[in-house]
Amino acid sequence: MVWDWIPRNLGMLGELLGEHVVLALVPVLIGLVLAVPIGWAAAGNRALRTVLVPAASVLYTIPSLALFIVLPAIIGTRILDPLNVVVALTIYTVALLVRSVADALGAVPSLVVAAATAMGYRPGRRFVSVELPLAVPVLIAGLRVAAVSNISLVSVGALIGVGGLGQLFTEGYQRNFPLEIVTGIVLILLLALVVDGMLVLIGRVSTPWTRAGANA
Amino acid sequence: MNALFSWLADPAHWSGPAGIPARLVEHLWYSILALALGAVVALPIGALVGHSRKGGFLIVGTANGLRALPELGLLTLLVLLMGIGLLPVTLALAVLAVPPLLAGAYSGVRNVDPGAVDAARGMGMREWQVLTKVELPNALPLILGGFRSAALQVIATAAVAAYVSFGGLGRFLIDGLRTREYPQMAAGAVLVAVLALVVEGLLALLQRAVVSPGLRGGGRRSPTATVGRPAPGPGSAHPDPVPTREPAGAEP
Repeated sequence: MVWDWIPRNLGMLGELLGEHVVLALVPVLIGLVLAVPIGWAAAGNRALRTVLVPAASVLYTIPSLALFIVLPAIIGTRILDPLNVVVALTIYTVALLVRSVADALGAVPSLVVAAATAMGYRPGRRFVSVELPLAVPVLIAGLRVAAVSNISLVSVGALIGVGGLGQLFTEGYQRNFPLEIVTGIVLILLLALVVDGMLVLIGRVSTPWTRAGANA
Repeated sequence: MNALFSWLADPAHWSGPAGIPARLVEHLWYSILALALGAVVALPIGALVGHSRKGGFLIVGTANGLRALPELGLLTLLVLLMGIGLLPVTLALAVLAVPPLLAGAYSGVRNVDPGAVDAARGMGMREWQVLTKVELPNALPLILGGFRSAALQVIATAAVAAYVSFGGLGRFLIDGLRTREYPQMAAGAVLVAVLALVVEGLLALLQRAVVSPGLRGGGRRSPTATVGRPAPGPGSAHPDPVPTREPAGAEP
């Protein structure tokens, strides 16, 4: 029976799923940490913005398979190093989030910033406790796109031997075994759904004021 | 790096059925077929749903769900089920083109100024005329924005088709990988990336040429255009399926 394949390989599937989660989400975290200061700089300085935001768009245009393959020559890793995938997806995440952060911070009402300043907030503290929280909804929207697209893109890494669940595609193709490929697709879709839902939840919990406003 | 340039400079790599020009033509051919197929399916649905102003959540949900679909899995599955051929490759790539096209057509038509639509009805236009003469021209920036990200996605991902023994620029990547010939791989990667950038630039120019000058107001659209705007597109494409929000040269 063909369906046996799934229960017989649960251990391997779990391992690949874990690898997939790490390869897809570590770049989201690193990307977020990098994108906030860059986006902040772009939001505060018009000249910087006109350079940074289009530059980020151009980075995003580079095809993933191409980036996976060219990176080793640039950062000196081995071609099959998982680091290539992590760095490439981090680049995409930063490219995507810089624009979100810049837009979100640019949309914080200047009166709110002025009020915070008048209350004695210094720029650093004002950024962390006033501007950044107000930027959360747009930031979460950007993170959702980055996370879902990373989860889907990791599988391309299977072509260079590092692809988490994507390895089910290359292996299933070589063995002429569609069930293995379908299993991979379903697991990736489920993973994307779960991560997306978690991000929505995080967004809700961290912005209680948006609901208070909606009820009023 | 030097090996890469000498590979690219070698005239032997620029001729014959496995040369760069032939692979480039193949690559563009699959991409155009997939885009055409995707557009035939997605644009009418997106425009009609946008026109009816109902069921938008279905469009946004479908578009986002399709985005999470791993292209490599879809491609290998279709080829296993249908055999190696142009059809499975085109289908797999067309699925990739659908989300941005659908989202662009839907949000473009949906966000046309309701005043303009009312005026058109008041002038006695039929629904069909309202759609073709008022809504579609007004929606053109967002539709073309969706088309741009669809084109980029497809061109970037068409490289993966080489994995299932197909042509296109991806051949250099996959063959180079199999034979551990790094210059060939790097050359393939650079060629795909350059192609994506060139097409993006050309489409941006086309967009400026085609869109009515009356619509190039830049920020004017931003307050109303947020309703039902889809999330930006993932994958190896433009970060924003509606890049027209900041058309090139619209900065004051």
